[in-house]
Amino acid sequence: MKTVEEIKAAIDAAVPGAATTIVPNPSPSGQHSLLLDREHAVAVAKFLRDDAELALDFLSNLTGIDFLDKEIAEKVKVTRQVTKTVDGIEQTVEDTIEETRKRVQPGYLETVYHLFSVAKKHGPVVLRMRTVNRSDQVEMPSLTPIWRSAEFQEREVFDLYGIVFKGHPDLRRLLMWDEFKDHPMRRDYVEPDDFEYEPTPHDDVLAKAAAHRAAMDAREGTGQ
Amino acid sequence: MSPSAINTEKLEGWNRPPLIEPDGEGELLEVAMGPHHPSTHGVFRMDLALDGERVIRLKPVFGYLHRNHEKLGEGQSYLASMPFTDRLDYICSLTNNWAYALAVEKLVGQAVPERAEYLRVILAELTRAQNHASSIGFLLQEMGASGTPLMYAFREREKILDLFESLTGSRMMCNYMRFGGCRVDASDSWLAATRKVVAALPAFVDEFERFLSGSEIVMARCQGVGILRPELAVNAGVTGPMLRASGVNYDIRKVDHYGIYDRFKFRVPLGDHGDVYDRYMVRILEIRESIGILEQALKGIPRGPVMDAKAKIRGFRPKPGEAYGRIEAPKGELGFYLISDGGPNPYRYRVRPPSLINLTILEDMCLGSNVADVVLIFGSVDIVLGEVDR
Repeated sequence: MKTVEEIKAAIDAAVPGAATTIVPNPSPSGQHSLLLDREHAVAVAKFLRDDAELALDFLSNLTGIDFLDKEIAEKVKVTRQVTKTVDGIEQTVEDTIEETRKRVQPGYLETVYHLFSVAKKHGPVVLRMRTVNRSDQVEMPSLTPIWRSAEFQEREVFDLYGIVFKGHPDLRRLLMWDEFKDHPMRRDYVEPDDFEYEPTPHDDVLAKAAAHRAAMDAREGTGQ
Repeated sequence: MSPSAINTEKLEGWNRPPLIEPDGEGELLEVAMGPHHPSTHGVFRMDLALDGERVIRLKPVFGYLHRNHEKLGEGQSYLASMPFTDRLDYICSLTNNWAYALAVEKLVGQAVPERAEYLRVILAELTRAQNHASSIGFLLQEMGASGTPLMYAFREREKILDLFESLTGSRMMCNYMRFGGCRVDASDSWLAATRKVVAALPAFVDEFERFLSGSEIVMARCQGVGILRPELAVNAGVTGPMLRASGVNYDIRKVDHYGIYDRFKFRVPLGDHGDVYDRYMVRILEIRESIGILEQALKGIPRGPVMDAKAKIRGFRPKPGEAYGRIEAPKGELGFYLISDGGPNPYRYRVRPPSLINLTILEDMCLGSNVADVVLIFGSVDIVLGEVDR
């Protein structure tokens, strides 16, 4: 079984232009992964499956992960002009101070693939792919043409995370019903308030249901 | 078939199953089979398009039992998910426990004491025997052998469930394994009772086979029905007895040697044709191999602790990282994928359900066959809806 570094070298040699990076895993499991770029992912997947030495013919597990926007506070040194009174005369001098600035690191959705080889009996090789963001650019190439086992699992990821797999033959919701709007596995998912989920509703449950009923009545009143 | 002969070039066209066009003059009939059809093992629906008796299209519909198990797992501590894994495949709770414990042990690098490893093997093989027995019973029930074979299978299953109950306190929701061992030790009397049950198992399999394996009706209904080619089986991620019935030698107990499976001598039964009969036969033979493993494990089980003394139970917070752990569950490869961000709850908790993924090729196997055979083919996949829908 090749190491991730060797697999990366093999991919670089076989698929020119593929930008593959190694994502280290600090856990004792030692299952490091390879981050693929979306443009070359299908070609890389085809190479991994058909390569005689790797022969990763079995895509075992495919799933999604949600990474929210992260607010990072970092200390920056800022130089600015300050007016000061020095020796009784007002002067403009440069002053360096440390300031805490907040930066938002945009979140993304990620898919993870665990590949094994039935022919060579080795694995796992872990692949990853990331979307651009979590809102409007959530497209990713489908690997169903390479491994059929991705068919239902990609539908599940589409259903629960909202990643759109380009090239999937039948991309519909798998577990939630078709009319459902949201993606429940996202970390910022808020459950709907239109059901009383307790047999003996009380306090905040009752308040929630009352607010919802009021909103429903208002909508009906306006004829919407 | 040797695995190296798998021809991947031809697979491109298998992205969608080959479509069959209706040949008759009549109209197509659309049938929603389920979700309350008795042969669907729970709440599962197949939308069929029929040309007479022939199946032209089949679309499985899931989600009637969906409770977002994975979201629940993210909202509670690692240990609190253990009893929830019982509810995935509720026929085989102990193998679910093992798969989850194995994934967490990989995540934190936890060792397991010898006696606990033996107990895990004993319980997993008992689980496999009772799962295969009941799945064959269900299959024959659906074939029209009403009641009797199922009751024979359940009689044997109940003896094994009694053992589970006396060890773990529950027949089906066992919640027995922990990260770094097992919850309680097995007494000598429990091991003696287990030896007795295991010694009686071969007679049950013989009896079952005497009545059914050579039966003309069983052969006529099962042979050549629902054929699954090995190339497609591998490509579609089919695992477990389904894959081995298609002739692919892939058993995770032999491949990964997880636990202490490298110490036992057992064979991997393989099918020739990949039809319903082969799946039935592979399950029968797997029960026999499980009996062999059980005899070896019950002979070799050492004395000692069942929990690793260094195992952390309270304040369990794995260091950041991720791990994928998998075992050969009775239905196929059951895997758990965990990501830790250093907190008390997993950041991501994923179950790789063998039942769901084995259904990927249901349409391929059923196209062109009769509706009556769809029931059989579906029964031979051996699924549990608690795991399909999660």
